[in-house]
Amino acid sequence: MTGESVVRAEGLGKLYRIARSGGPEGRSFAEGARRLLRASNWSRGREGFWALRDVSFDVRQGEILGIVGANGAGKSTLLKILARITDPTEGCAEIRGRLGSLLEVGTGFHPELTGRDNVMLNGAILGMRRSEIARRFDEIVEFSGIERFIDVPVKFYSSGMYVRLAFSIAAHLDPDVLVVDEVLAVGDIDFQRKCLGRIDEVAHTGRTIIFVSHNLATVSALCSRAILIEKGRLVAEGSVRSVLERYVASTVAHTGTSLRERLDRRGSGRVRFTGVRAGGPSGALVVGEDAEFWLDYDADAPSDLANVMVGVAVYGGMGEPIFVCSSRVSGQDFEAAPSEGAFCCSIPRLPLLPGHYTLNVYAEVNGLLADWIENAYAFDVVEGDFFGSGQLPPDSHGSLIVNHSWSVAPATPVEVATGQANG
Amino acid sequence: MSASVATSERSQHTAVTVITPAEGWVAPRLREAWEHRDLAWFFALRDIKVKYAQTALGALWTVFQPIALMLVFTFAFRKLGHVTTGSIPYPLFVLSGLVFWTFFSRVVALGSDSLVANAPLLTKTACPRLLMPFFPVLSALFDFGITLMLVLVLAAGYGDYPTWRIVLLPVFLLIGCALSLGLTLTLSAINVRYRDVRNALPFVLQALLFLSPIAYPLNRLGPRWEHVLSLNPLVGVINGFRWALLGATRPTASSVAIAIAISLVLLLIGLAYFSRVERVFADVA
Repeated sequence: MTGESVVRAEGLGKLYRIARSGGPEGRSFAEGARRLLRASNWSRGREGFWALRDVSFDVRQGEILGIVGANGAGKSTLLKILARITDPTEGCAEIRGRLGSLLEVGTGFHPELTGRDNVMLNGAILGMRRSEIARRFDEIVEFSGIERFIDVPVKFYSSGMYVRLAFSIAAHLDPDVLVVDEVLAVGDIDFQRKCLGRIDEVAHTGRTIIFVSHNLATVSALCSRAILIEKGRLVAEGSVRSVLERYVASTVAHTGTSLRERLDRRGSGRVRFTGVRAGGPSGALVVGEDAEFWLDYDADAPSDLANVMVGVAVYGGMGEPIFVCSSRVSGQDFEAAPSEGAFCCSIPRLPLLPGHYTLNVYAEVNGLLADWIENAYAFDVVEGDFFGSGQLPPDSHGSLIVNHSWSVAPATPVEVATGQANG
Repeated sequence: MSASVATSERSQHTAVTVITPAEGWVAPRLREAWEHRDLAWFFALRDIKVKYAQTALGALWTVFQPIALMLVFTFAFRKLGHVTTGSIPYPLFVLSGLVFWTFFSRVVALGSDSLVANAPLLTKTACPRLLMPFFPVLSALFDFGITLMLVLVLAAGYGDYPTWRIVLLPVFLLIGCALSLGLTLTLSAINVRYRDVRNALPFVLQALLFLSPIAYPLNRLGPRWEHVLSLNPLVGVINGFRWALLGATRPTASSVAIAIAISLVLLLIGLAYFSRVERVFADVA
């Protein structure tokens, strides 16, 4: 682990031409023939769009680099270039050592073949040699935990078994640099954990991993560094924490702008949130001080509302869910509410550590979803004294503070304990 | 994969992969394909296993098809067309032709479709594209081996046994492979973008079946047409194959020369074209 650069990307860019759909190909024979010969004109149309532009970064040996960004930001294009599936239009990249890529679990699996045959085939597709697959075969099957079904055609597998086997093959690939795309979003929790453990293990043997995921919790658990891609450009690079915070902040559509203009909402519109205000007795939101969240709303008709449920869900700086407050949970659904006004959610002694948070708002009328806006509001909580002890718990174990107290009692006499167990 | 740099950590050489935009004509990535040759082997196995999975008769299907066609052709050309085939009994003549034809047409048909059929490999993996048109060759060779036995059995039934010339059989088979691969490399690459290939190919292959010396010897057409049809590279290959296997009339030197020349030219064109356009497969597949 010398920390030398193993992957170096410089000014990578990829231009896709937008194909016009429909219509017969080619105007004339000559034009058709010319197009056949010139590969670059295959994806035709004069207009192009840069899926990726001017992306440069370094990855050092033993690092797990996380790539985050919204859908369509260019993450997958970047991975495909690094995995040598598609060529860049400009720029260059250098990769030292054997490269393995895992963009999809089970590519090339054939339903009619047995698990055993598919292991061999898929291993070869991923770049393993026959001897290598044979050597690691038992290990692969054991990791997958489906020994009993290894000689059954995979079409009889459950989707869980299928994914387990497919990932196990990939997990035993032995590249110097591994490029992985969101494949972990499948399988049951236990197996996902096993996969993450395996990736971590691989990284600790000095291998380098480039990892794309939507699951920010996974990225923060696994990666040592991250980059953020937005509209094809690299906009942030650094510690996982700083990049994820930047990413989450960027997904909040202009805090402060009226919720009235938000179009990315769901629900019937019977109730529509128009704004969120938050504050405490001193103005700001302070750890351990009472907090109030006001959800301004109006309705699609001037008549009073009946049977309304409202809620907020609070998310942390890395997009991780923290808690939900809902009038249903507190048993306070509104039998009647004016057609325009504000719902207030009061939280005594705000139990959040200092940091950046976002919240979703939602409302139901008569059991039907009326309005639901994700990332409706972002807020900061500032330092305060929750316990009156001058101490706050470390932020390494979540952002929530649980009110608690301690006491001590002398050892309980034995007969009392057995008596309780029998009773 | 240009330079090699020794790392201080591991005393072995670490290959450096350089990824840059490529334009124009490039050299075929033959070495990369060769390094992944196991893949072609596994795909051949897959095709063979899948073909016979859940079939009651299994490998018998491979034998039934040429026999059935042989019977139909014998009936049509022999009884209705009164075609004569010299020293070789007509059924044997037609069966030997069909066995080679089945191999050739399978390699061309499946090979031309190989990239499209394996589109997920193009868009999700970096496995060498150049290998894919080769996938059907091995499995077609497997079937070819089975049906070749059938021809030998039928020949023995007619009292016709292989001679020393059978050692030349692989030569003609090799020319046939080069020819079919040359076509396949070009057609499979075009097929990725223009599925017209899929529509045109069955028709072209069917026409070619009757323009090659499979169901009848070309000399039945008279010298003028025989010369014209001799430009078909399959003529030299099929006649040579029959000659090596059954001792039929020796193929003319010119027809064999034409077959070799056209096969090589098609192979080179195919390699060059494929290598030129393969970089966009992932974007258009």
